[in-house]
Amino acid sequence: MTLAETKPAPARPASDKSRRRGQKPNMTGSLRRGGLFIVSIVLGLVVWQLVASHFGPALVASPSETWQGAADLWADGTLWQSIWASSRRIFIGWALGVVVGAPLGLLMGRITIVREILDPYIEFFRFIPPIAFVTLAIIWFGIGESSKIVLIFYTSVFVVIINTISGAVSTDETKLRAAASLGASKSQILRTIVLPSAIPHIVTGARLAMGNSFLTIVSAEIVAAQEGLGALIWTSRNYGHIDWVFVGIIVLGALGFLFDRVLRVCVRPLRRYGVKV
Amino acid sequence: MPLTTAKSTGTTTSTAPAAGVRGAALDLDAVTIKFGDFTAVDSVDVSVRAGEFICLLGPSGCGKSTLISAIAGFEKPANGRIHLEGQEIRGASLDVGMVFQSSEALFDWLTIRQNIEYGPKMRGVAKKERQALADEFLSLVGLAHCADQLPRQLSGGMRQRAQIARVLANEPRVVLMDEPFGALDAQTRQVMQQELDRIWRTSGCTVIFVTHDIDEAIVLADRILVMTAGPEATIKSSYDVDIPRPRDEAGDEAIALHRKLREDIGAEVRKALQGQGLTQEGS
Ligand SMILES: Nc1ncnc2c1ncn2[C@@H]1O[C@H](COP(=O)(O)OP(=O)(O)OP(=O)(O)O)[C@@H](O)[C@H]1O
Ligand SMILES: [Mg+2]
Repeated sequence: MTLAETKPAPARPASDKSRRRGQKPNMTGSLRRGGLFIVSIVLGLVVWQLVASHFGPALVASPSETWQGAADLWADGTLWQSIWASSRRIFIGWALGVVVGAPLGLLMGRITIVREILDPYIEFFRFIPPIAFVTLAIIWFGIGESSKIVLIFYTSVFVVIINTISGAVSTDETKLRAAASLGASKSQILRTIVLPSAIPHIVTGARLAMGNSFLTIVSAEIVAAQEGLGALIWTSRNYGHIDWVFVGIIVLGALGFLFDRVLRVCVRPLRRYGVKV
Repeated sequence: MPLTTAKSTGTTTSTAPAAGVRGAALDLDAVTIKFGDFTAVDSVDVSVRAGEFICLLGPSGCGKSTLISAIAGFEKPANGRIHLEGQEIRGASLDVGMVFQSSEALFDWLTIRQNIEYGPKMRGVAKKERQALADEFLSLVGLAHCADQLPRQLSGGMRQRAQIARVLANEPRVVLMDEPFGALDAQTRQVMQQELDRIWRTSGCTVIFVTHDIDEAIVLADRILVMTAGPEATIKSSYDVDIPRPRDEAGDEAIALHRKLREDIGAEVRKALQGQGLTQEGS
């Protein structure tokens, strides 16, 4: 055993741990990264300011105008209301997409008949962008919350399914055989081997779906919504408030960034399944 | 090498895990295995006694893995039958356990203990009992100290021991091993062979052990089967090994047997290489 333990294998977990725990070796690295982030933001603001003064306030809102706009919108509560409305829709639609998509993907990946029945529809619908369904969604589900949530769900579910299938299909054959010879039934294998093996793929699918949801929320809210970031962008344009349009766009991007960060923190406990975040 | 110290050999006599489990006899009757039109294994006849330790030797690619996959129920023979105590084998079963060459077979997201408890858990064994089983087999293979680690945190040799424990915890009557120590260095392999010899004597199950290594076969086997070069591989010859255990591969008998086996397999390996050479010229 002493022999075995001096083999290279333990070296990896050790370095894993030091990467996980060790703030110290990363200190300079994160300082540097933080510094570069600030440099990048400042540069961006400078370019933005130059562009704004070149085109004038009718076309491009300058950073300070945008900031003022944001302060106004925040003060009258519109901004928070918009953020909250959009976040809620994205979260509900996306979560439904993951909760429905992952099991469907697992079943499609492992059970030929399920795959053969559903595959044509998956292959068909995944090429139709949600914006094509905005009108129908409103006719079918009204102008309330459900039409937007359905659209977010639609844009999430396919990407989750497709990623989950690729995870389920690529489950290691040796593990499947091992489980079968240890006495696991078909459904036990699906739950205890295929699902854990597919988790990294499901997480990838969920992250891509989050991106899709942000792409979709604007088109969903532009057509019929009183509130939400998409609605804010659209109505501000109608009022000729370029600065508010800028606020909407910037908040949307920041919100997406934040959601992805939160998601990455939430999937951290899944590390033992091979999720890399 | 703590594994071979008095402490771990002590467990051999003091605990008798799986005392109720006994090996099962196996009968292979004209077993032919095909992949499409390709006949990998052609009419193999073998009878294995209950509790016997068989080593399967043969040139690379001859069909050793294919043959034991069929015994495990993973491949269905195109012809012929495989019986375990008179019952035909159809599909994977609890009676036949398999230790794979690659430790990819361990479930990476489960701890070593959870891996070992997997079989009993799927069978619905109660939690207390499962824990007791796991403890028993963890100490049998000397892994009690890393029960709660993940497979990737262990060395290659430890992972293979975990695989062995996982299979034994399921109390199979036949254990198949496909070059389980193939990826280990020579010294670790030697320790593992001694361990396996000890474990096999405690558990009493039937073992079919695939290997490339003649010395390994001599140390472990009651009987060594040599396969012909594929395709259409079959059993070429069979050697009884009557050397008292634990064995020393440097003993006179072992050396004489080694020489015979080397010639026997050497001929098949040459045939295999020639076959590859001819097909190269032909194409
Ligand atoms: N799934 C498969 N499909 C097609 N051919 C296969 C398959 N599995 C094995 N074979 C072929 O069957 C023959 C025997 O393969 P097998 O893996 O059983 O050999 P082996 O004796 O275990 O070799 P090694 O000692 O290198 O592990 C080879 O010619 C191989 O190409
Ligand atoms: Mg093989």
